[in-house]
Amino acid sequence: MIELIQDYWLYFLVGQYPNGPLGGLTLTILLSAAALVLAMPLGLLLGVARVSPFRAVRWPVAALVQVVRAVPLLLVVFWAYFFLPAVTGVKTGQATTMLMTLVLFDAVYLAEIVKAGIQSLPKGQLEGARSLGLSYGQALRLVILPQALRHVSPSLVSQLVATIKATSLGYIIGLSEVSFIATQVNTLVFTKAVEVYIILAATYFILCFGLSRLAFLLERRLNRRSASAPALASVAKVSL
Amino acid sequence: MTFFDANLLRSGEYHDWLVQGFILSLQLLGASFVIALPLGVAIALMRTSPSAPLRAVGASLVEGIRNVPLLAHLLFWYFAFPELLPEAVKLALYDSNPEYICATIALSLYAGVHMAEDIRSGIRAVPAAQMEAARSLGLGRIAALRLVLLPQSIRIAVPPLLSQTVNLWKDTSVATVIGAAEMMYQAARVETATFRSVEAFTFATLAYLTVSLAISLAAQLYARRFPVRTV
Repeated sequence: MIELIQDYWLYFLVGQYPNGPLGGLTLTILLSAAALVLAMPLGLLLGVARVSPFRAVRWPVAALVQVVRAVPLLLVVFWAYFFLPAVTGVKTGQATTMLMTLVLFDAVYLAEIVKAGIQSLPKGQLEGARSLGLSYGQALRLVILPQALRHVSPSLVSQLVATIKATSLGYIIGLSEVSFIATQVNTLVFTKAVEVYIILAATYFILCFGLSRLAFLLERRLNRRSASAPALASVAKVSL
Repeated sequence: MTFFDANLLRSGEYHDWLVQGFILSLQLLGASFVIALPLGVAIALMRTSPSAPLRAVGASLVEGIRNVPLLAHLLFWYFAFPELLPEAVKLALYDSNPEYICATIALSLYAGVHMAEDIRSGIRAVPAAQMEAARSLGLGRIAALRLVLLPQSIRIAVPPLLSQTVNLWKDTSVATVIGAAEMMYQAARVETATFRSVEAFTFATLAYLTVSLAISLAAQLYARRFPVRTV
């Protein structure tokens, strides 16, 4: 196993870079992080649309969210990879395809987090803000979202874990992320399948378990802070 | 060449491929579910047991399995696991249907630990007094678990378990990576053979949507029919 790591660690980390496209673990991490960051504005928008007072806004977004959550992500990857180029006429590469799919995936899940955050607030918050003369947009921006998004950081870290795991699907369209590289190494070495895949699993484990512990710690710190500060619920009760 | 040729989906060779894929996906779902649920119960009981070593084993299983993507599990079970088997067993595996067997193992374990977490939340939602009362009425630990604790916690856990089943259904698509001829595999095969991606993927989308929505509907009906009773 030591020999295997000595021979292939660089390939495992960056793929063929700098003599070819960036790949390996670096690509997995960069792609996941980029997808989550790019999905944030979209997720916020979709989340707000999910609780919009207008049916014409609420329903199509609800349908999109339901459909994306009801089909396998792999199917979305296939639609994006095989069908999209036929419509747009532009041949998109594996990395771009995967990035687009992950942005959609993250946006839809973030939208649910935003929606849950908004719905956890008492109704009086919006009504109070509106009756003080703020427009709906101002009330959202200045009153609702700052409160709804305060506790969102643990969910964001958990979503990053989900994204890292989802990146592995790029393997199926030939994206040279870390699982694909591991299979390449397995083909090159040929006799050490157990070692290769144990290393792959351990790599994912360290990354994802570390991040989920971080999410757990963030959550605990937030809970402790809101326990010592006057709780949101009691403030809300007074305002009612 | 029409944009959407529905005849391709209604009959003929490609129709047969797609339907076979759909059936194999359902079989994978069924087989994995049947293994995953008892596994989930067992791991959840380990994680809530009074014995510290058992709890540690349960926790390591859950964290070790769910922090690795399903795709890596499938690659391990298909490419690496047979190397660990004795020669005779290995040959027997290759003679049967290795893609199907390895996919079922990986999917069951992956779904099993996720179900275990749902069942554990169900167990923790039952007040401790239930177990204490059962024990003080003279029931043994196993009898108290079986007759008092599990019936209540399973009821709480059914809606999340059903949504976990939707995840398992979606996850069967990843088995395409080791060449199990399920829905995604057949859709891609039709795409390669005909370049008719729209028809093939539409079929797959509808197939996945139908089953996912049916399970979600079942979850909603269950929650309405059997609302969680709080003590």
